[in-house]
Amino acid sequence: MSEFLEFRNVSKRFGAIQAVDGVSLGIKKGEFFSLLGPSGCGKTTMLRLAAGFEYPDTGQVILDGADITDLSPNKRKVNTIFQSYALFPHLNVWENIAFGLRVAKRSKRDIETEVEAMLRLIRMGDQAGKKPDQLSGGQKQRVAIARALINKPQVLLLDEPLAALDLKLRQRMLIELDMIHDQVGITFLYVTHDQGEAMSLSDRIAVMDSGRIEQVGSPAEIYETPRTSFVAAFIGDTNFLEGEVTGLVESEYCQVKIADIPGVICFNDKSMKPGNPVYLSIRPEKIHISRDRPEESRLRNIVPAVVEDMIYLGSTTKYWVRTHGLRVQVLRQHFRFFLDEKPIRWNDDVWIWWHGDDGFMLDRYRAVDEHLVALPPRKVGEPEDNNEKP
Amino acid sequence: MRRSRFPFIVTMAVLFFFYLPIIILIVNSFNASRFESGWQGFSLMWYKRLFHEPEIWRAARNSLLIAAAATAVSLVIGTTAAIALHRFARSRLQRFHFGLVYTPLVVPEILMGISLLMLFVTAGVELGLFTIFLAHVTFCISFVAMTVLARLQDFDESIVEAAQDLGAGWWATTRRVLLPMLLPGLIAGGLLAFTLSIDDFVITFFVAGPGSTTLPIRVYSMIKYGSPPLINALSTILLVLTFTAVAASQRLSRSRH
Ligand SMILES: Nc1ncnc2c1ncn2[C@@H]1O[C@H](COP(=O)(O)OP(=O)(O)O)[C@@H](O)[C@H]1O
Ligand SMILES: [Mg+2]
Repeated sequence: MSEFLEFRNVSKRFGAIQAVDGVSLGIKKGEFFSLLGPSGCGKTTMLRLAAGFEYPDTGQVILDGADITDLSPNKRKVNTIFQSYALFPHLNVWENIAFGLRVAKRSKRDIETEVEAMLRLIRMGDQAGKKPDQLSGGQKQRVAIARALINKPQVLLLDEPLAALDLKLRQRMLIELDMIHDQVGITFLYVTHDQGEAMSLSDRIAVMDSGRIEQVGSPAEIYETPRTSFVAAFIGDTNFLEGEVTGLVESEYCQVKIADIPGVICFNDKSMKPGNPVYLSIRPEKIHISRDRPEESRLRNIVPAVVEDMIYLGSTTKYWVRTHGLRVQVLRQHFRFFLDEKPIRWNDDVWIWWHGDDGFMLDRYRAVDEHLVALPPRKVGEPEDNNEKP
Repeated sequence: MRRSRFPFIVTMAVLFFFYLPIIILIVNSFNASRFESGWQGFSLMWYKRLFHEPEIWRAARNSLLIAAAATAVSLVIGTTAAIALHRFARSRLQRFHFGLVYTPLVVPEILMGISLLMLFVTAGVELGLFTIFLAHVTFCISFVAMTVLARLQDFDESIVEAAQDLGAGWWATTRRVLLPMLLPGLIAGGLLAFTLSIDDFVITFFVAGPGSTTLPIRVYSMIKYGSPPLINALSTILLVLTFTAVAASQRLSRSRH
């Protein structure tokens, strides 16, 4: 399928800040596409370039095959959900939703039927006469969505639409957004810094950093096979282990020396050669932990370790173990009732192991990203404070 | 604990100093006595006399004319200035512009009066209603701009973008969003400008010419040639008008969107 909304080598600079840096990106028709990245990475600027509020320094914005770079915002068939909702305070819910149709000089009857339909879609028929300041955050949000959708835009742009809502409401709106997208079948370009939102809603995600796209892919692709260390660190938790490729195994795998652990087996999808410095990234939930030594098997890495810290999280327990001078995070899912086995405790000697396919190698980290290793990002729903002990 | 009487006493003292002269003036305007030498009974004779003074009528007509024109013109210029000040608040030019617009609020009136007079004389403009009108526009702009600017700073920038986003062009945005939202600010600014123009004395005194007497100047000359009870009546009327306008203006600028 061809691209519906396309950024072609788009750049935008504000003074000394390169907000968007030569981005080329294609979004398909009907897709729920997310731009995911830390605050300040240029997500909003991308949306504003698509909406027409910013003019790119270089490059073009293409919509449905037509170059819309020079088109003013009111002529573009895209609509925006602003982070602050930006409802018209002097108009009531009904008039807010009708705004686009009134400006387009549609007939009174058309406007009435379409506004009523929208009110039904957002389930706010009984609130039509209220002014925005009488509405709750979630209701404002829904009015903003209806006001944009009534114009039947080719693309709906959403700028962190859930950021201002509290956790419970956020989860409800998440489901609602998903439903609305299924019902109207419009292309959504969704901006967020929250990987949980992006993961649960999107068909595809583009991970952004410092004005550049780091990787584009389905949520699973991005989580399971991050292409850069930034993506690996930003999406979910991971262990970064510094090492060096020492040999190849069966062409598909290679051996990596990490600290003084020799011959760690890892899938070699990046055609690394012996001598290449790499980071081995292993997600905590991909590592197994037990008191008994597991059986040897092909492509299984087994390492002895000592438990340093642990946090019981209900359905899972997080362990920090030390092995060969490295601190490794392990997440264990409790499948069986806890009391069946002798529990793992502090300072216990344990074994950790993982399959060679479950780690992936990344080029050495860029120096600017170092802080990310120390500070894994927050997952949706988790408390703000970091649960790693200093 | 006993409540302190101090706030009560201070309030009373302030009211006393502020309003006693005004109260005396109002009471005297209803005094049948020709001289302010005691109460001679309630009377509306000074108000009746007032209506038969052609000089006062002419002055009142001049004042209203100038105030209406100055309000209209300063509303347009002041609002435009406020929008420019708001939209490009960070640019150096607009910071300078802000200084320029703000200055007339603090410059002594007498200075403005003299400088305007010099300007008109140098430029060879004949002093009269027109010069008074220009002078009033000059200081009214600042008040309108500040009132409208306060209103602008109150609302979310993205609302204008939202209107454009929904397909509104320049005119539709202005008519459907900007003006309705600014309306209370515009009315407040307009009322303020009107009141300031109606009762301005100092600046008007400098730039007025023969035959262009405004109400405050008329009052001044009446005091000089003595007819205090008449002035009391006139002042009371002016006071009521001004007070109503200012109260309305304050209510509007306080009311939320
Ligand atoms: N109008 C602007 N003027 C100056 N700098 C801006 C402007 N808009 C954005 N920036 C800067 O560009 C960078 C990217 O901003 P933005 O696109 O808003 O990031 P995000 O939405 O990902 O948080 C930031 O460093 C921001 O400070
Ligand atoms: Mg943003």
